[in-house]
Formats: sequence, structure tokens, C-alpha cells
Amino acid sequence: MSLQTSIQKSYQTLKVSLPIMLGVLLLISLMNIFWHEYYTKIFTNNPLIDTFIGSIAGSLSFGIPITSYVIGGELLGEGVNLLAITAFMLSWSTVGIAMLPLEARFLGRKFAVIRNSTNFIFSILISFLVIYTINIF
Amino acid sequence: MQSIFKKLNSISGGLKFFAVVALLYILLLFSNTQLAQQAFLNFLQIFFKIFPLLMVVFVFMVATNLYITEEKTKKYFGEGSGIKGYFYAIISGILIAGPPYVLYPMLGELKNKGVKNSLLAVFLYNRNVKLAFLPALIYYFGAEYTVVLSFYIILFSIINGLIIQRLIKE
Repeated sequence: MSLQTSIQKSYQTLKVSLPIMLGVLLLISLMNIFWHEYYTKIFTNNPLIDTFIGSIAGSLSFGIPITSYVIGGELLGEGVNLLAITAFMLSWSTVGIAMLPLEARFLGRKFAVIRNSTNFIFSILISFLVIYTINIF
Repeated sequence: MQSIFKKLNSISGGLKFFAVVALLYILLLFSNTQLAQQAFLNFLQIFFKIFPLLMVVFVFMVATNLYITEEKTKKYFGEGSGIKGYFYAIISGILIAGPPYVLYPMLGELKNKGVKNSLLAVFLYNRNVKLAFLPALIYYFGAEYTVVLSFYIILFSIINGLIIQRLIKE
């Protein structure tokens, strides 16, 4: 493939993805403000329910992983269970409800749905395994 | 009326999605101006942050089209890549930085060149083990927690890949 063809092909791919990308970014910017106000209010002090809530909250939020660590640290300071925080941090970066259209566009709808669903379940499963393993050692 | 529907149908899904989100912002502007402004400022901040990254991704995509042939991609990440494919996907997932929405177009191109769905899933899951962010995780939750969490992320990325491989035919 020549350089010109390669540039044209890459440009076309980015051009098609730009409206979805901008839409996703606009949606994420809005959802994050909404969620930041409610993070501390949504947990119930029940570890099982909170793990599920943490996973849902993380799935609906978005940002670089370090932001979820900072929020997780704050939640820990406020007495939220580490199980819930782990589920929250994991689903924050592995499940992207707002990004589903973009993921489906490039990697396929079935791939995006299955991947996000399994990652949601994994975030709960891993949080239990992490706490269990730490308690053993 | 029919011609309007025809025109609407001819608009791409991406543009329709963007239009719906833009409409949401316009409605919000009238109902809660402050929230709409704050969200839009957030959007601008993120956009300018990722813009240089988009350029890097563009260059990477051009290079991928130029130098990475289907044969090479299939060899390392395709059907016959086996355990080595998983290993390469884990390492690249940990090392390659950038938000997923910037990486999706590039991953789409690689998929077209023959990268297995399962390895794309492994790559995406391992983006959670970011070497640059590990000190922050240690600071908030301790070294033991960080090591255990990273171990399970890598382990479950493989399980994730195997599930995708089972459920989606290449």
C-alpha cells in the first residue's frame, strides 16, 4: 500500500469515528458531573449490595484509571467497604456504557455487548477474590 | 415527508448519535444552564487533552497500513498465534497508553487485518494494569492490594479472551 493510500484510508476511518467520538465525550462529560455529586450518597453499608452498586456506578462513569483511584481513596476514607471500591474501580475502566456505540462500531456489536457484560460480572468476582486473597495472607 | 425519512435514513449512525447527544445538551442548556456549561467545559478539556493523542493514533494507523501486513498480524495475533498471542496481547495492553475511545479505530483496523477477537479483549482488559498509575494505587490501597489486584486482572483478561473466543466465531 502506498503512503498516500494509507493516509487516505486512515483519514477515512478517523473521519467516520469522529462524530461518535465527540458524542461519547459529550456524554461522558455530562455523566461524570452527575455521578461525582452522588458517589458518597449511593452506598448503603451493606458489603454485598454496595459491591453491586459500586460496579454499576463504575460502569456508568468514565475517566483515566487514576481518577477512580482518587475517588476510591476518598470513599475508603468515608467508610465505604473495600469490596465495593474495588468493584467500582474495576468497572470504571473495564465497562464503558457510554462508549458502547464506539466500541460496537469498530469491534462489532456482539463483541462490545459480550465484553462489557463479562467485565461487569468480573468486576464483582475479582473484588471478592482480591479481598479473600488479602485476608488469607 | 417520505423524502425527509429517506434523507434521515441516509445519515450515518454516528452522526445520528452525535445529533441526539447535542440535542440533550441544548435541552439541558434551557433547563439547567450551569450544568450544561460545566459539562461542555469538561468536554473541551478532555478533547484538547486527547487531540495530540489522536494525531499519534493517526500516525500509528498510517504506519500500520503501510508496514503491518495481514500475514504478520495473523502470525502474531491471528488464528494460529496460540499462547504466544495471549502473551503479546497482555504485554501490549499493559504498555500501550491512551483512552479506549482513541484506540478503537486503530483496533478496528487491526481486527480487519486478522487480529482475533479474543486477543482484542485481552488487550483491552490489561489496560487496567498501567505501570504509570501503580504508585497512585499503592499510595491509596497499599502494595499488597496492588499486586493481588494486578494479578487477578491479568488472570481474568485471559478468561475474558477465552469466553470471547467461545462465544464469537472469528
